[in-house]
Amino acid sequence: MTTPKVISREATSSELDADYKWGFTIDIGSDLAPKGLSEDIVRLISAKKEEPEWMLEWRLKAYRHWEKLKFQAPKWANVKYPPIDYQDIYYYAAPKSNAPKSLDEVDPEVLEAFEKLGIPLQERERLAGVAIDAVLDSVSVATTYQGMLEKHGVIFCSMSDAVKNHPDLVKKYLGSVVPYSDNFYATLNSAVFSDGSFAYIPKGVRCPIELMTYFRINQADSGQFERTLIVCEEGAYVSYLEGCTAPARKTHQLHAAVVELVALDDSEIKYSTLQNWFPGDKDGNGGVYNFVTKRGKAAKNAKISWTQVETGSAITWKYPSCILQGDNSVGEFYSIAITNNCQQADTGTKMIHLGKNTSSKIISKGISAGRADQTYRGLVRMSAKADGARNFTQCDSLLIGDQCGAHTVPYIESKNKGAIVEHEATTSTISEDQMFYLRQRGIPPEDAIALVVNGFCREVLQQLPMEFAVEAQKLVGISLEGSVG
Amino acid sequence: MLEIKNLHVSVEGKEILKGLDLSVGPGEIHAIMGPNGSGKSTLSHVIAGRDGYEITGGRIIFQGEDLTGLEPEIRAAKGIFLAFQYPVEIPGVPNTTFLKEALNAIRRYRGEDELDAMQFVKMMREKTKELGISDDMLKRAVNVGFSGGEKKRNEILQMAVLNPVLAVLDETDSGLDIDALKVVAEGVNKLRSPDRTTLMITHYQRLLDYIVPDKVHVLAHGKIQRTGGKELALELEEKGYAEFGEAAA
Ligand SMILES: Nc1ncnc2c1ncn2[C@@H]1O[C@H](COP(=O)(O)OP(=O)(O)OP(=O)(O)O)[C@@H](O)[C@H]1O
Ligand SMILES: [Mg+2]
Repeated sequence: MTTPKVISREATSSELDADYKWGFTIDIGSDLAPKGLSEDIVRLISAKKEEPEWMLEWRLKAYRHWEKLKFQAPKWANVKYPPIDYQDIYYYAAPKSNAPKSLDEVDPEVLEAFEKLGIPLQERERLAGVAIDAVLDSVSVATTYQGMLEKHGVIFCSMSDAVKNHPDLVKKYLGSVVPYSDNFYATLNSAVFSDGSFAYIPKGVRCPIELMTYFRINQADSGQFERTLIVCEEGAYVSYLEGCTAPARKTHQLHAAVVELVALDDSEIKYSTLQNWFPGDKDGNGGVYNFVTKRGKAAKNAKISWTQVETGSAITWKYPSCILQGDNSVGEFYSIAITNNCQQADTGTKMIHLGKNTSSKIISKGISAGRADQTYRGLVRMSAKADGARNFTQCDSLLIGDQCGAHTVPYIESKNKGAIVEHEATTSTISEDQMFYLRQRGIPPEDAIALVVNGFCREVLQQLPMEFAVEAQKLVGISLEGSVG
Repeated sequence: MLEIKNLHVSVEGKEILKGLDLSVGPGEIHAIMGPNGSGKSTLSHVIAGRDGYEITGGRIIFQGEDLTGLEPEIRAAKGIFLAFQYPVEIPGVPNTTFLKEALNAIRRYRGEDELDAMQFVKMMREKTKELGISDDMLKRAVNVGFSGGEKKRNEILQMAVLNPVLAVLDETDSGLDIDALKVVAEGVNKLRSPDRTTLMITHYQRLLDYIVPDKVHVLAHGKIQRTGGKELALELEEKGYAEFGEAAA
């Protein structure tokens, strides 16, 4: 076995899309493995991270399974893109100043980058009770608020640290909700994931602050494969936020993350995402391919709620799901997906009702503008044992202009006669009357559209933590810029 | 203040206004009456700059400036306000959010400082008190689920907040109960000042008991057919529009 040599080079500055506010490249050298995927690369990643043998074995199992899949990515989604050359991607890129132990050790340039992103790690006042784990390319660079979390027994750290310091927890729960063989991208992720966040809330503890992870892809042609695992013990509660940006690149970037949530009896996990990966330019050049597997398992009386605001990415393929295993467990999915220009999104959720009296609620708001195409794809499955289960689904689509598309594909599978499934769907446009009314009051067209869209999304925006909601509203406006025809 | 000269307007190839002339001076209040479908709302929309109307001739001059080609939001920033005959619903957008955005957009355009949340709330409190509008109405989504009268009241609230130079009220009195009519009238009378102008489109001379106009115009067949004082409204109430070759609808 040969271990490929790690090459080091400066990150190239790229042509930026002037419209994409987050489109700067951080000028830091990056520790880069050669392009392409092989068993050796998997070993390299594991070695770089000084992982124990069991972790390497798990990765290799995933890699061997992936090899068997022969690049057969799922084809059922309503998205179109040229085949991805998986050998033309960097699978490992770490910032040069590796594995900082505290904020003081973090490369000032990295810190500056986070300032630009609007997440000032150093200004604790402004963080206002949010602990941040920031993942730049593939390495977790800093986790704030460690001390206060430790006091409550809450573990919040990078996945690499968790593998080293909490192996029993990782071994027990990693892959317990999304097995390595789950789907093409999840398998790929299992083999090559380089970092991500780990959170563990002990029994009966209400996590005193919101936990947040900020993801950013910096390296050109690099894939990002984070792995997030959140475990809530009995009666515990956590609210977790996830934000994502990527610099503007002319080529596409692959992002294949996996998120697993484990909600034990009587616990609650609230997971909020603001996804603003680079969407590509107006003509569809560049942009992130966001192929993500997110799933939670809820035990007795537990509750999992997913709230997502998806404004970025060239292609989004994502179905945050809930397995409602325990009796009386609750699953919620609140989603805003905005596609503009050439963006494509096939997103939705799966609510799998296994336990008795389980309930789920799906509120999906899809907004399509430009030449964008969007599909809501949702599965509600009532198993034979799910007596008294109920689901309510509301899917609303808003079309801006006449060149975009919106599709709703609900799958309902009920093996239980008593289960109640309700589905409502609407499609609307921003009317000429509304536009004239708002403009007559002095509001310029782009602001008028942002206002109407924010109103359309209100139910979902209200689910977000306060600070995130303000950011989300701004994002809604920004992502629709240029959609006035 | 407002000078309309020989205005010709077509909608989808059909000529609605056929050489309309109208001149309203600063500080004046004029009423426009006329049969259904005679083009009153069309006129109000054209003044406000709505798309979809083809101006085939004539000009609209506001404060010495030709409005032709100006976007609706620019006209609004210059002080033109239209109280809609049919106010539009904007689901999910709280009335206050909408008003704050509108006011600040206009202030921005004029190079004035935007109001912060505190200043805005204070101002809204004053205005709603004056107009007898409930806080509840401010929190609700713009016009969604509002009764007909509430919608009209909301238009007047917006007018009071945006403080226009030229207000065009398109049947703001229709569907109002007596109390609401008084509120609307007070709102308009309060704005009455030497540098403001109001154009009231109405079907009922009742409104003119509360807001005494300087002039009353009759719009029919795409033109102003007659202009008079308040007594013209009384005469129309009695005789209808038969004189102008139209049966009352
Ligand atoms: N978008 C349109 N397409 C076709 N015809 C239109 C359009 N808008 C207005 N019209 C026509 O123009 C004419 C004038 O309409 P307008 O709404 O201006 O009348 P009005 O005087 O305000 O009537 P009312 O007293 O009933 O409010 C009507 O015959 C109407 O049908
Ligand atoms: Mg009318």
